[in-house]
Amino acid sequence: MEQHFFGQIGIMHYLVLSGLLFTLGICGIFLNRKNIITILMSIELILLSVNINFVAFSVKLGDLTGQIFAMFVLTVAAAEAAIGLAILVIYFRNRGSIAVEDVNLMKG
Amino acid sequence: MIMQELLSTLIFYVFAAITLASAVMVISSKNPVHSVFFLILAFFNSAGLFVLLGAEFIAMILVIVYVGAVAVLFLFVVMMLDIDIVEMRNGFLRYLPMGAAVAAIVFFEFAFVFYVSLAHPSALAPVRQAIPDSAHISNTQAIGDVLYTWYLYPFQLSGIILLIAMIGAITLTLRPRRPDVRKQNIAHQLARTKADGVEIVHVKSGEGIS
Repeated sequence: MEQHFFGQIGIMHYLVLSGLLFTLGICGIFLNRKNIITILMSIELILLSVNINFVAFSVKLGDLTGQIFAMFVLTVAAAEAAIGLAILVIYFRNRGSIAVEDVNLMKG
Repeated sequence: MIMQELLSTLIFYVFAAITLASAVMVISSKNPVHSVFFLILAFFNSAGLFVLLGAEFIAMILVIVYVGAVAVLFLFVVMMLDIDIVEMRNGFLRYLPMGAAVAAIVFFEFAFVFYVSLAHPSALAPVRQAIPDSAHISNTQAIGDVLYTWYLYPFQLSGIILLIAMIGAITLTLRPRRPDVRKQNIAHQLARTKADGVEIVHVKSGEGIS
């Protein structure tokens, strides 16, 4: 089975890649806690790994639904990036910094 | 045939390795601008993987949407905001144990699932080409056939999501008009007539206008 693993590319290869990408995204969120731009980019990485999973299973199962849903994930990711960056811009305009630790003004 | 399989295996490993390496650089790069560029690289290589899988349409959409729109948006914001890079890097080492622990937990969960499902005979079977067969119908046409019939309402809904995102982003960043800035009022200009714009004064010679 080990020899087979390095032969033809199966679904498992794509799943391992997607899992590693997801792990890197989670890791990025924790490592760059002060840098909200990098946190947004890590979220994009996580969504990319989800897309790889969807497309790999779509091709594996011969069902186009996975690719359709990858497009919907893409839509949501674009909307999320636009809104997140807009919030970032207006926060910077009001406060003069984007330090995440300062975002506790609404604590009452 | 063997040669072709070997080549596609090699291409997969190259694309996957570059994707993972640039993902590492995204989360560990000192400069956010470099992070954005590595994000673009990761998306390009994932698009290559999608082409390898036979999902050409998703690959092209990924390049257009991510590299063309989202990454440029990120780049624009990163360059527009005047951020202190050194100050932001302060917590990196402090958060490293926590981040590494969470990443290890997630990774071992994945590894366990993979290890268990590796026993399934179909796990390592070669990936089939996308159905329907690309000899008869292209991937784009097949997606269109499914998207505009079975998934019509979700498709419309995703359009509404994009509209809401657009409205939200514009409303958030729109500045109210400042009162001390004089702007052209085109309606006011067009509403002027000869009657209220021009006044004819007959001046007697030697008197002037008081």
